[in-house]
Amino acid sequence: MKRGITLYLHVHQPWRVRDYSVFDTAFHHDYFDGNGEDDRNNGRVLAKVADKSYRPMNALLKRLLDTHPDFKVSLSITGTFIEQAERWAPDVIEDFRALVSTGRVEIVAETYYHSLAFFYSREEFEKQVQMHRQKIRELFGVETTAFRNTELAYNDELAQWADQAGFKAILAEGWDPILDWRSPNYVYRPAGTENIRLLMKNYRLSDDVAFRFGNRGWAEFPLDASKYQQWMNVAFADDAPIVNLFMDYETFGEHQWEDTGIFNFMEHFVAQWLSVEGNTFYTVTEAASADEPRGDISMPHTVTWADSERDLTAWLGNSLQHETMRHLYALEQDVLRSGDVQLIGDWRRLQTSDHVYYMCTKWFNDGDVHAYFSPYESPYDAFLFVMNAIRDVRYRLIQKNRFGGM
Amino acid sequence: MKLLMLGWELPPHNSGGLGVACYHMAKAIAHAGVDIDFVLPYDAHHPDTEWMKIHAATLQIPDQRSESTLAYSRSYSSLRKIQASYIAHVEELVQKNSYDVVHAHDWLTMEAGMRAKELTGLPLIVHVHATEFDRSASDSGNPLIHEIEYQGLMMADRIFAVSNITKAIIVSKYGIPADKVEVVHNALDVNSLLEYDYDQRTYRYLETLRDEGYTIVSTVTRFTVQKGLTQLMRAAARACERYDKLAFLFAGDGEQRDELLELAAELGISDKVFFTGFIRGKQWRDAFSVSDVFVMSSVSEPFGLTALEAAHFNNALIISKQSGVGEVLKGIFRYDFWDVDRLADQLIAVATSPALLSSLRQAAKSEYLKLSWNDVATKCLATYTTLRTGVSS
Repeated sequence: MKRGITLYLHVHQPWRVRDYSVFDTAFHHDYFDGNGEDDRNNGRVLAKVADKSYRPMNALLKRLLDTHPDFKVSLSITGTFIEQAERWAPDVIEDFRALVSTGRVEIVAETYYHSLAFFYSREEFEKQVQMHRQKIRELFGVETTAFRNTELAYNDELAQWADQAGFKAILAEGWDPILDWRSPNYVYRPAGTENIRLLMKNYRLSDDVAFRFGNRGWAEFPLDASKYQQWMNVAFADDAPIVNLFMDYETFGEHQWEDTGIFNFMEHFVAQWLSVEGNTFYTVTEAASADEPRGDISMPHTVTWADSERDLTAWLGNSLQHETMRHLYALEQDVLRSGDVQLIGDWRRLQTSDHVYYMCTKWFNDGDVHAYFSPYESPYDAFLFVMNAIRDVRYRLIQKNRFGGM
Repeated sequence: MKLLMLGWELPPHNSGGLGVACYHMAKAIAHAGVDIDFVLPYDAHHPDTEWMKIHAATLQIPDQRSESTLAYSRSYSSLRKIQASYIAHVEELVQKNSYDVVHAHDWLTMEAGMRAKELTGLPLIVHVHATEFDRSASDSGNPLIHEIEYQGLMMADRIFAVSNITKAIIVSKYGIPADKVEVVHNALDVNSLLEYDYDQRTYRYLETLRDEGYTIVSTVTRFTVQKGLTQLMRAAARACERYDKLAFLFAGDGEQRDELLELAAELGISDKVFFTGFIRGKQWRDAFSVSDVFVMSSVSEPFGLTALEAAHFNNALIISKQSGVGEVLKGIFRYDFWDVDRLADQLIAVATSPALLSSLRQAAKSEYLKLSWNDVATKCLATYTTLRTGVSS
């Protein structure tokens, strides 16, 4: 049996809300059209990340695919990213299409809006998954067969849903309290399912690249391809068939800048790994059938890939976040009944999990991870602007559509 | 008669009510025939002040004044530097000119007033708009400022307090004999508020809520602990449990904003609470115009001019018993700042009874019109005259 690395990269950009004040509410509906010299200007952010990450990384992936017949990679690309790239960096979309057309790049399904709808409205969640499948079909001409939920938020119920929906694989965090004595480097069956397989992230090896690679204070700094291959060999001991490396696509060039050597590292590691007989790469769906499941795994409580708690508290941990979600999803029926395509789209863009993530206050003691990723001065600003936008959605319902109530 | 008035700010370069009160008071006094030299700690043009002579104690222009040197700043050390220059300038003034009385506003200028008295023997009036007990909303505050206030109050020949509440603090906390303190309530200059057409546009979402039958409750203030806003927020939540059609406009900004946002979310009413940030001009006037009820929730408010402005814009008034402005108004609801249940009760009563709302509106409106800066000037003049003729109390 071959030893295969499952490299899965997540591509996402939210529609950030501009500094949308009470004085804009009921006048302007352009929540996402920030045009300042700041990170609430979505076009500006996309242009920056395209240069730093999407263009160089797509070029690297293409080169690796052309050079190594056994190299494979899986990508999940959110609808909100696609919308922005189509508008401000269409060449990046073309690059992705070129990658997929090699037949060795799998696209993974998720919610179009990178939302937490699964936890608020099953109906809305299914619509967003459908929208995403449809968009991927149109853009890349492929059908998705594996599923990942926003932020890898996973529980048994989600796996059972994905099994019913016909997916062959689903992704989750390989979290120690769940795995106990078991290893993430095998295929598992989610509790209460029949055909679907569970792939669990090897978070140590993933985070060595995604979080620690450029950290000069890290004892293992600098990480090179040989050292990483040694660690990889240890992970594959005991005839383990797979190692799942799951991370944000933007790790390459945005979270780890080019001057850390991240692109060179990746290029060398892939070459070195594949130079050994019996080593290969799998796509996510291939990995699911690379081996028989070694047992059932149950996660009754939701587990994510975030923070030391691996839970949803970065998104739903404080009262600001709960309030936002409550008011947002309370509008579901009225918004959908309005039939107003623009309004429905705006409401769905507000569901993107990043909005509540920016309201997270636990980084006061969890390090500055969240502060780094927020375009706002404070979580309270994020809350104010999003709440004003939600009120404006409500205003539009009443004024234009004669639905709902204030 | 020639008066040396020591102030810290005047509109439009004011950070709060102190500047507004000083301006209108000085204007009314000048119109009564008094020659005024007014000292400020910064250098700027002030429109419509040709009836007095303004002296700049420093060359700083207002835009260069850091936040920390404004009248309501909590930064002590930078204020002290400005005060030193201010005192030096006043020393020079009293040696070059001859005055009849020195009238000093708040602790900021008290030392300069004392120095003027020391050098010339002039009678000193100390006018208290707020004490350190008010600003800190507690018995603590900055002990150095307390000390300056204590000295100023002791050294003064006469003390003006903007309300009975403030007079009581001066008497009980600083041990000043009650008969040395005169209450001089502020007034509202109606002329400065006329000529205004409300177009219902600025707060369109709130206007829509109003059309839906909502009652809009507002507060327009600095978000500091002195203002009792967390209690107001709790009362808002309490009221919403019983009556749903209430919305709350928190107009202003300050160090408590984030705390208030979080509290609103915890209480589950953030949807009904609107934050404007710092506002001036039209947005400021419209904040009053869009609202039905104005609440002054202060833990300790020497006067509270904003309540009179709200009355001018046709608001019903609910004012804490710890706010001095309540002493000059009868047609208002009052409550103890900590009595969340009582305030919630009053909010629901006003929101659910159109008759009550309109009678409160009318009462407040008819009462504030009776307050006049000319009456304030008359009181000041009477005291100046007594002090000058040597018949001191």
